[in-house]
Amino acid sequence: MLSRLLASAALTAALTSPALAHDGTVDVIAPFEIKGTDPATSGNVFIKMDLAETLVNADAQGRLVPGLATEWSPSEDGLEWRFLLREGVKFHDGTPLDAEAAAKALTIASGKPGLLETAPITEIAADGERTLVVRLSEPFAPLPAFLSEYRSLILAPAAYDAAGKVTALIGTGAYRLTKLAAPLRLDAVAFADYWGGTPAIEKASYQAVGRAETRALMAESGDADYVFNLDPASLARLKGVDSLDVLSVPTPRALLIKVNAGHPALKEPEARRALSMAIDREGLAHAILRYPAGADQMLPPSLAEWHSKTVAPLIHDPEGARKILADLGWTPGTDGVLTRDGNRFSLTLLTYPDRPELPLSAAVLQQMFAEIGVEVTIDSTNSSEVPVRHADGSLDIALFARNFALVPDPIGTFLTDYAPVGDWGAMNWDNPEFSGIIRDLAHGKGGQAERDRAIGIIQTELPVIPVAWYQQTAAISKHITGAVLDPYERSIGLKDMRWAE
Amino acid sequence: MTKALGYRVLQALMVALIVGLLTFLMMEALPGDMAFRIAAHRYGYDAVNAAAAEAVRSELNLDRPAIAAFGRWFVDLLRLDFGTSVISGAPVIEEIRHQLGASLQLAGIALMLSLLIGPPLGLLAGLRAGGWLDRGLLIVSTALRSVPQFLMGLILIVLVSIHLGWLPAAGYGKASHFILPALTLALGLAAASARITRDAMAGVTASPFYAFGRWKGLSEPQMLRRHGLRHIGVALVTFLGLQFAMLVEGVVVIEAIFGWPGIGHALVHAIFGRDVPMVQGTALLLGLGFVALNALVDLAAHWIDPRESRA
Repeated sequence: MLSRLLASAALTAALTSPALAHDGTVDVIAPFEIKGTDPATSGNVFIKMDLAETLVNADAQGRLVPGLATEWSPSEDGLEWRFLLREGVKFHDGTPLDAEAAAKALTIASGKPGLLETAPITEIAADGERTLVVRLSEPFAPLPAFLSEYRSLILAPAAYDAAGKVTALIGTGAYRLTKLAAPLRLDAVAFADYWGGTPAIEKASYQAVGRAETRALMAESGDADYVFNLDPASLARLKGVDSLDVLSVPTPRALLIKVNAGHPALKEPEARRALSMAIDREGLAHAILRYPAGADQMLPPSLAEWHSKTVAPLIHDPEGARKILADLGWTPGTDGVLTRDGNRFSLTLLTYPDRPELPLSAAVLQQMFAEIGVEVTIDSTNSSEVPVRHADGSLDIALFARNFALVPDPIGTFLTDYAPVGDWGAMNWDNPEFSGIIRDLAHGKGGQAERDRAIGIIQTELPVIPVAWYQQTAAISKHITGAVLDPYERSIGLKDMRWAE
Repeated sequence: MTKALGYRVLQALMVALIVGLLTFLMMEALPGDMAFRIAAHRYGYDAVNAAAAEAVRSELNLDRPAIAAFGRWFVDLLRLDFGTSVISGAPVIEEIRHQLGASLQLAGIALMLSLLIGPPLGLLAGLRAGGWLDRGLLIVSTALRSVPQFLMGLILIVLVSIHLGWLPAAGYGKASHFILPALTLALGLAAASARITRDAMAGVTASPFYAFGRWKGLSEPQMLRRHGLRHIGVALVTFLGLQFAMLVEGVVVIEAIFGWPGIGHALVHAIFGRDVPMVQGTALLLGLGFVALNALVDLAAHWIDPRESRA
């Protein structure tokens, strides 16, 4: 009788406790695949897993804080930046971090596609043991922010072969790589010689899981401790699971419609404003994205310096949009589609399915535009078609997600996208005042008033039409404490995590 | 038998040439700019721009004529060099070894599991054709066959991982990660192999030579050992060859659901990223794998039942 009772108690316990006790390893699950050891392709994973570090770090508010460099300053003329390296830092192969090693890593990184490549760098060199010097062809204020990007991770000299190819991941991070099974998995252990003290949790693993449903099931079953990027449906379900904390933060990533301002139907700013007024951003955000609100300007409040408090918010007013288009000479044809001088207001909307919400949002936008008499055909294809059709001029409009915080200062993205044109930003749109402000800001001139003015110009001219701001989400096991959800997607707090008591 | 094997070697050569040429032509025919697509897969779509695409174009000599690229691939292949992946820069053979290895491990364990479940049940059902076990098995195996594999995978995850907390829901790296995906595949396979075994066994028990065996006084276990197993063996082995091909298809779906690194995953990603050497290498090895499998099935069938070749 007693044994039967015990057995049934054990069965009940097994049935009611979904999460198993922790197994000594923090298991991190995210959708990002590991393409190899090169920070240019997979640095986002290495930085999150604390395997390698950058000279400059950024906190959750986007403020630059010391990383492998403890201080930095530009020369009087702004053409030379000096970074003082932290003392006592060792690479995972036991060699010390010195200015020579950092110069080598950054020189190689700046030769690969990425933001650093776009900075006006002429030379990166060592000046003694601990001082790294970056020389520029023109002043460039956001340089420290650029050096905080994951593609600027500092690896040991032994990590590169003679041709500069990364052959091993040898960083300075709190965790040391023990196994890399690209593209889906890596294992790491705490690095005993870490300059910041050995982390409390001994082992960590990272696994790329492409399907959002599977990631959610892994969180729910208790065999993952930190699950990144949840789909809207799973998010609602996981909020009810006792063993998990579900976090969500607004990120500086925006859902935008890129507009070819040279297109005959889109060349007047009023026409672009009419398209913007056709969009019910709140409805789309709630129903499709399950976000709390849509975007009423380009960047979210979390990017405090670039979220303007002075611009008039973008509004939903289909009636007003129809009136603007009527004033521009567009009249409804027999099928309801607007025509002018024999031309239909007909556009192809390019998008891509890498982010599952994009084709869905495109279909909703198609309906919204149809209500004001604009005919839209959706072309859901590879993301690379956006820059391709920008280059050959065949793009009408495109729906895409753009990250403004690859580095904490979005000035880098503005420089490449809008001053004056760029693959993911303005197309056939050139506003000399805007470009001037952006270039001045990049040179370290100007402040809040100039940033507000720049956002105001975008808001009026609409070379891109903001639709929504992204939310980043994660499900975190209550087995661990100290995990963070960083809006800049640099850290998950791994080195500060502990097992919960 | 030697003749049959010689035929398979010739088939392998033809497969290599045709698969290589077809995959190359198909990749060439895909729309879109190759350099941009490769850059998007290498550096992520936040970083793909005209400059990155140009860097890729000059690094990989994408401007040279397609025929030269194909010729280069084929000459390298003759030296058993599959080239390097244009996305990761790693040798194709290394990438395939890891990913095909993971798929084969999963497929192998699934096949073994299915053999432990399906044929023994089929055997018992066939020995008493029309009995309660036979009728019950028909219902269960029909139900298992009709459930799509992705649904079966999700049912098992929800039941075994979420409600019971016994096994990891998904993932790769530990022995326990094998069980659920292998079981998902095995249940479908076992349902089919149980039916095949049952039909073969029922046919044998109804045959005149089996009746003669009984008449001369052999016991049921003796009958099964001497006259039964060998007969159903040929049917089962031939069917297993076919099942393995079905397994490879199933593995692609299962890999996606269970976050498993496999050849299906590798092939799909290589196609999206325009990783031509990787697509060619993967398709080639899969093609050759099927030829080798057919050769093995021929050999096994010949070993179990050598009568045909003596005739």
